[in-house]
Amino acid sequence: MIVNRKPLTFWERLYLPAIAGGLKVTLRHAWRTLFRGKVVTMEYPEQKWAVPTDYRGAPYLVKDQDGNTKCVSCQLCEFVCPPKAIRITPPGPAGQIADRPNAEKMPEEFEINFLRCIYCGLCQEVCPEEAIFLLKDYSLTGQSRDEMIYDKEKLLALGGTHGGIQKWKHKLEEAKEQETFPVKI
Amino acid sequence: MDWNFIIFSVVKVAVVIGAVLTMVAYAVLAERKISAWIQDRVGPNRCAPPFARYIPFVGTFLTRIGFFQPMADGLKAFLKEDFMPAGVRKVYFWLAPALAIIPAMLVVAVIPFGSQIGAQKMVIADLNVGILYTFGIVSLGVYGIVLAGYAANSKYPFLGGIRSSAQMISYEISMGMSVIPVLLIAGNLNLSRIIGWQADHGWMVIYAPVSFVIFLIAAFAETNRLPFDLPEAETELVGGYHTEYSSMKFALFFLAEYSNMIASSGMMVTLFFGGWTLPFWGLDHAATSLGMGLVQIFVFLAKMLLFMVLFIWVRWMFPRFRYDQLMDLGWRRFVPLALVNILVTAVILWMKS
Repeated sequence: MIVNRKPLTFWERLYLPAIAGGLKVTLRHAWRTLFRGKVVTMEYPEQKWAVPTDYRGAPYLVKDQDGNTKCVSCQLCEFVCPPKAIRITPPGPAGQIADRPNAEKMPEEFEINFLRCIYCGLCQEVCPEEAIFLLKDYSLTGQSRDEMIYDKEKLLALGGTHGGIQKWKHKLEEAKEQETFPVKI
Repeated sequence: MDWNFIIFSVVKVAVVIGAVLTMVAYAVLAERKISAWIQDRVGPNRCAPPFARYIPFVGTFLTRIGFFQPMADGLKAFLKEDFMPAGVRKVYFWLAPALAIIPAMLVVAVIPFGSQIGAQKMVIADLNVGILYTFGIVSLGVYGIVLAGYAANSKYPFLGGIRSSAQMISYEISMGMSVIPVLLIAGNLNLSRIIGWQADHGWMVIYAPVSFVIFLIAAFAETNRLPFDLPEAETELVGGYHTEYSSMKFALFFLAEYSNMIASSGMMVTLFFGGWTLPFWGLDHAATSLGMGLVQIFVFLAKMLLFMVLFIWVRWMFPRFRYDQLMDLGWRRFVPLALVNILVTAVILWMKS
């Protein structure tokens, strides 16, 4: 394509209109920023952007509506985790039993190493008990490597109670419809 | 030996250098803040010493406007590793920052920053050849930059040094010639007398507007500011002549650039905008009281700050000139224009006399 470049007129070659234009534009922007508060900067720690609903943040353990541990220590997430960020210590035969009905056991220790986690969401997808969820946290910081390995208490505290998803309630309703009761009530 | 003279001179030198360095530090802050406003940003607003948060309102306000930022920047410059790359020419590498800052500081000596306080004239050296001295010293400034480019033994600084030598020498000519009409009109080389003439007859910018325009643009080129910042063009030459410098040596180049800005603002105010005078409230003659003396210093500083803001503002407004355009503008536009200006002024003065 051939662009016809017109020769500049004398007025244009003086640069004066361009200088005036530049002054006007910069002054307008400075004015807007100073007196109208039209700033594009988001001052991060004080202001945070809205996270999309399907955002994959840090995976945390959640509690059920009664505040009990949902995880049954099946170790599927540990198995599926691509970067091997999850480490679960099962309770063993003589260990602690689950603190809720419909479960045999709960993990003795559950650790997620957030230096390794890649936020892929496979743990959430594979979990049969809907006990681990990728929540909205995206800025995990720590002053040492040890600090970035979150243990069970911390994960449960951060995950909070996930009353909305009550898998066993839904299972019970399904069972009632089918009139078979494999589920303890 | 006049001890009185020595003591007062030392005091004035100390105060002026302290003031210039403080102004440099805050000119950097102003540069960052004004660029931020022009670009719809906020600018530095976090840096604060730990005690600042305990001062209600004032502490937070100073933090928001970035008041403590220059101190942090200075501290950082001192604490950074002073890295010397392999293969530099060591003596010149050490010498270059000093050669850059010394002329920048020396120029300030002849600029009258106030009329008088008591019996003391508010100028460090009231030379009869004030302007000649200034141009002599300013032309030394190029050595620091050329030497920095040469000593670093690296390609980008070398290109920056070459560019600056050509640019600064070219624009010195038009700068020097642009001032001649001012001298013709005022009939004196002494900066204090030029201010005195302006107090009597009105600001020089009315009598020699073309001189002012050429001087202003040449001052941008002399201080390596955009749109003439070819010696340190970040996008082309990494950092230009100071690419290989770090820590306090780099900071000295930075100080030199901003001191040059301050000095040329001061020169413009002195030559074209009446220095410390204002045509009303009796500020146009030498002060008789301490208060008036201080007010005149503030008048000078205020005028100078306006030019500093202009320097900074222009930087965020224009794209950089191409090298051939720069030379074209310097040699084929400003030099003839300055010559014609001298001629016309001389003819008019001759007709009047």
